[in-house]
Parts: sequence; structure tokens; C-alpha cells
Amino acid sequence: MTIDEFLNNISGRFGGNILNASKRSEKRAYIDIYPKDIREFVRYIFKDLAFRFNTASGVDDFDSLEILYHFSHDPSGITISLRAILNDKEGPHIDTITDITRSAWWIERELHELFGIEFDGNADLRPLLLPDDWPQGVYPLRKDFLPPKRDSRKD
Amino acid sequence: MGLREKILTKSLYVFHLSSGSCNNCDIEIIDCLTPRYDIERFGIVLVGSIKHADILLCTGSANRLTIPRIKALYEQMPKPGFVVAFGACGSSRGLFKDSYNTGKPLDEIIPVDIYIPGCPPRPEAIIAGLLKLIGKLNPKGKK
Amino acid sequence: MSHKAHIPIGPYHPLQEEPEFYKLVVDDEKVVDVDVRIGYNHRGIEKLSESKSYDQSIFLVERICGICSSSHPIACCQALEDISGIEVPERALYIRSICQELERLHSHMLWLGLAGHFIGYNTVFMWAWKYREPICDIMETVTGNRQNYAMHKVGGVRRDIEKEHVSYILKRLDEFTKHLTMLKGAVLDDPVLHERLKGVGILTKEDAIDYAAIGPVARASDVDIDVRRDHPYGVYDRVKWNVITQDAGDVFAKAVVRILEMFESVSIIRQCLDKMPAGPIDSNPKDIPPGEGIGQIEAPRGECFHYIKSDGTNSPVRHKVRAPTYMNFPTFRETVVGETISDATIILAAIDPCYCCTERMLIVDESDKNVMSVEELIRLSQEKTRKIKERFVIARPEGPKQSQV
Repeated sequence: MTIDEFLNNISGRFGGNILNASKRSEKRAYIDIYPKDIREFVRYIFKDLAFRFNTASGVDDFDSLEILYHFSHDPSGITISLRAILNDKEGPHIDTITDITRSAWWIERELHELFGIEFDGNADLRPLLLPDDWPQGVYPLRKDFLPPKRDSRKD
Repeated sequence: MGLREKILTKSLYVFHLSSGSCNNCDIEIIDCLTPRYDIERFGIVLVGSIKHADILLCTGSANRLTIPRIKALYEQMPKPGFVVAFGACGSSRGLFKDSYNTGKPLDEIIPVDIYIPGCPPRPEAIIAGLLKLIGKLNPKGKK
Repeated sequence: MSHKAHIPIGPYHPLQEEPEFYKLVVDDEKVVDVDVRIGYNHRGIEKLSESKSYDQSIFLVERICGICSSSHPIACCQALEDISGIEVPERALYIRSICQELERLHSHMLWLGLAGHFIGYNTVFMWAWKYREPICDIMETVTGNRQNYAMHKVGGVRRDIEKEHVSYILKRLDEFTKHLTMLKGAVLDDPVLHERLKGVGILTKEDAIDYAAIGPVARASDVDIDVRRDHPYGVYDRVKWNVITQDAGDVFAKAVVRILEMFESVSIIRQCLDKMPAGPIDSNPKDIPPGEGIGQIEAPRGECFHYIKSDGTNSPVRHKVRAPTYMNFPTFRETVVGETISDATIILAAIDPCYCCTERMLIVDESDKNVMSVEELIRLSQEKTRKIKERFVIARPEGPKQSQV
């Protein structure tokens, strides 16, 4: 499956639910979707098209949070990323995908504690990495969390 | 039996603690046990329980989750006991100095007697550091 | 009447180099549940990277994990090169692949030694770690350090492999191959190990796919994936080599995959040294434009995945690191439940968990103090092997006793 075939396939299937599909190279594409559609996309890409789930990465875009779900199709050597933008930074939430693939078990916990994103339907959002006495409501990977000093040699 | 007597007559027992390291230091320590470096010929033995240890060898940058454990292990170590801060991370947290999850360097958590710097320290440096510690403890006696 | 006991393993044991904490819920001798806590090694690398320059980030990610200290920098460089298609000179690609394969040799040999210790084959442990030394020597000759090589940069590599190094490398590789062949025979042909490890800790193909397992853990369960072949990078599409798979999914299959992969790695290194063209080793890119890039490489434990978002400045906006053990570790839940406690340590070791990559294990309830310590679990594991060995001792005629491994 080439990137073009994948993009045709996915737009044939989901049409108007794709906000933007951008082909970056013969191996990479980024597809922007509505957060409410994440389960349908993941189910199709993971189960029907048999892609492998690489990971999910969160980004703090200052006025919104963004989650990228990365999938690879190993027989074809392509990697695509689904982008879901969560505009409500006070209470960001998206549906869980852990019942579609157990490979998302840890990453949802990590995104929850480092960005504060709620995964609806996931009952196990215990902290994964941070210590127990980490203050509630403080999310280290958000941009408003005090960043480390730029150049510690200047100390 | 006092520590001095122990050095002359028995082995020195080392308890290895990793407080959040990348594992390079830990591998180099275990490398010292293998035939090429063989620290056991110097009478240095790794033990599995802090209650038998004379030396606490600490690698890693002391991340927050491990701080209570480092303190607890230091309390449990029979005294006199000595602490070795191992590697750049053990000495000063190294690269991880500005991270949100590394609170303090090791020597602000427990007293440190000897530093073995390096990233990771070579097995030869480890042996030299431990022998220096033994020499410090026993300046007049035979090696 | 069965009773449930909670056995915490960890967090510190001299031969399990990293602090981690697992809780096995045990019903008599069988494991019924497992919980794991990571976080002991969480050093906030992704956040730190946002305040470092790209060159510093590459240096930083090298220290995510000591054993993968070539994998993470190469994946990071590839992510940066992916942002705007930065070219890497051919000689540099060969050198990167050579470093990668040397790392694979050193990592799998280290694993073999640890696994040997867990089941009571301490001679295998000593041999494996001793025979790893030629690889460390080669790395030191080529890069200047036994670990943490500082070899890779965006657009190429920092140091060249000199002509005089090549014959040295080939000589040490010959030594290594001889020892590897001996270890392979000692391990794979040993009937005690067949009995001890076959059928233990099976990960089915369906579970391997559902958990998105990668690397030798997946390949031992008949999932035919390898980033070097599927998403070609470096020079893997220019040399001949095989992807090793097994279909049993048990601990023995995982050992077979790793041992046979070492032979493939030696062959790849020899071919690379032979075919490596002369030329520059660095394309010297000056800046990273705004954009997003992904780097995927096959580390010894599986796919190492880096995602970098750049805004045109000299620091990443976001640097996501996903190490292979992060995907493989959760499979422990499937492979250890239903097994006996004497197999727990070897099943865990078979995943080859690189905790520092995974940023640790989950802490469990410390109030359960009726503990079987980790030493006891390892002792149980070694005891099981001893019992199996006894059954294999063949009656000998009178004469001097031979020592057994």
C-alpha cells in the first residue's frame, strides 16, 4: 500500500470527517480529524487495515492541546499520524482506544498525567511515571509548567 | 568486628543501588565482576541485602520516587558504612540537573564519602575508586 | 486450601540493574495477576529536551538507556532529517549501521548472560559478559568510549572508521564469532534448557499484535516485523541478511531469535566494512526548518520511535521518545499470569526489559511485608533448573567426574 493508496482509501471511507490530509513524503502522512471520531478511525486503521500502533504524542500548542496517534504499516513501510486537536484546555478529553487495542494501555495513562487529558471510558488512569506526591493539576509537559533553565553552564 | 579489621581479614561487601540511572553505570559495575576485571580478587563482593553491606554504591540521578528509599537504605546500612556516589549522575545529577523529576543531588540526601565520576566510569576507574576508599580506611596497613 | 499472597519484587537487586517494582499476586504457586509500577527512572527527558539545542538533545537521548546508546541518537537524528529531507552521505549511513549492529551484539550478549544467571547457569553469565568485551573494545577503538559514543549527529556521524581500524574490527569479530558459536551450542542444544524454557511464558501471535509488541519479543511469536527491512534506513537494503522469526512465542523462542540475530549482525558488519565507500561523513546541515519528523529504527529490543516538532528555532517544540520496552513490557501481563513463581523472573527477563528506556516500573503496595525477596524468586528459578538437570544426569561408568555447566 503506498501513501497515495492509503490516503485515497481513508478519504473514500471517511470523506467529510477528515479535516485535512497532508502527504509529507512517500512514507509519511498526517491526517487531521475531529476528536469525536478517533475510535472509528483507530478501529479502521488498526483492525481493518492492520496497521501497528507506534505511540501517541501530546503537544501543547498554547491555546489547545493536540494528540497525534502514530501508526505504521510494516509491509508497506509507511507511517501515518492522526491528529486530534482538543480546544478545551481546562478540561481536555477524548475517547479511550484501549478496548480497541491494548497497546494504548500505558500511553493513555502517561498522557493523562503529563498533559491532564481525560480518556473517556478508561477506568485505569492511575499515574504511571510521576511520584505519588506530585501535586494535582500540575502537568509537566504543558508549556505553562516552569521549564528547566536554558543553559545551566551560566549558573 | 570493626571495619578496619574487616578490611584486613575479610571481604568488603558492596550493595549496589540504582536511583534512576540509564543503566550504563550498573552494567559497568557488573562488568567488574566478570573475569576480565574481577573485583573479587580485591576482596570486593556484591551483596543482595543492605543489612550485610559495608559500602553503599549509588548510581543514578536520585529521582523523586527513589529519595525515600535512598534514605531508608542508608539508615539500614550497618555503621560504619560508606557511600560511593557513582558516575556523573551520582556525583551531581549530570545532564539531569534541571529536570523536574530530579530534586537534589545525592550528596544532599545522604553523606557521600567518595565520588567516582564518569559517564560511565570505566571498570578500571571503578576499581581504582574502590581501592582508594580501602586505602583511605586503612592508611597504615597492607593492601 | 489456596491462599493469595502478594509478592513484591524489587526495587533493588544487584543483578536486575534497575529499580523497579512488580507485584505478583500469587495463589499457592501460580501467578494470578501482576501489577507493575514505573517512575523510578523517570528523568523528564522529553521536557529537558525542549530546553536544549538539537545537538544537546542528541547527547541527552544517548543517556536514556545505556544499552541503546546508539539507537536513540540515530532515531533522533532521523526524526530531524525527516523534517526536511536532509541528506546523509553514504559513508555515514554505513558507519551508523555498523554502530547499530555492534550495539545489537553487545545488547543480546548482555541479555544472554543475565538470562543465564536467572536460571542458574552462572557460567553462561560469566562467559557471555566476558565475550562481550571484544565488542566494547571495538566501540572504544572506533568511537572513543565503551558506552555513550557521542557518534551521531544530524546529517551524518562525528567520527570516521579509519582504515587501520578495519582489520582490528574484523579480528575481534572473528574472536567473537568463535565464542558465540560455542555459546549457541551450549545454550540451544542443552536438553535441560529445552525442558526449562520451552512452553514457558508463551505470548500468542494475537496478543503480540494486539499489544503492538516489537523486536525479538514479537518475532518469537511469529510476527514478521523488523524496522530495518520494513522501513529501510541506513544501508540495510544494500546488504544481505535475514529476519529471524520463531513461532512458539515462549522464552526459548525468544532466546533463539536473539542468538541467531547475533550471527546476522556479524554478517551485516562484515558486509558493511567491505562495501563502505570513501567519502564525506557529514552533510553539515545548518538549521532545522519548521515542521514535524519521525525517526524509526530497530534497536536491539525493538522499534525505537522519535517524533520531533520544530518551529525553526534551535530547540524542539516537542520531542516524543518511545522506547521499545514501552510496548513490550505490557505483554508481561499476558505471559506471566498462569505460570509458576519460579518462572516469573525468566519470563520477565525474556522481554529484555530496558527499564531506563521505559522509565520504570510501577510501585506497588508496600504494606505487604510478607515478602518473598527477589533473591528467593531467583533462587526458586535456579532450583527448578537444578531439578531438571538431575533428571538428565546419565549414569556414567566409574572414572573422573566431568564438570557440567
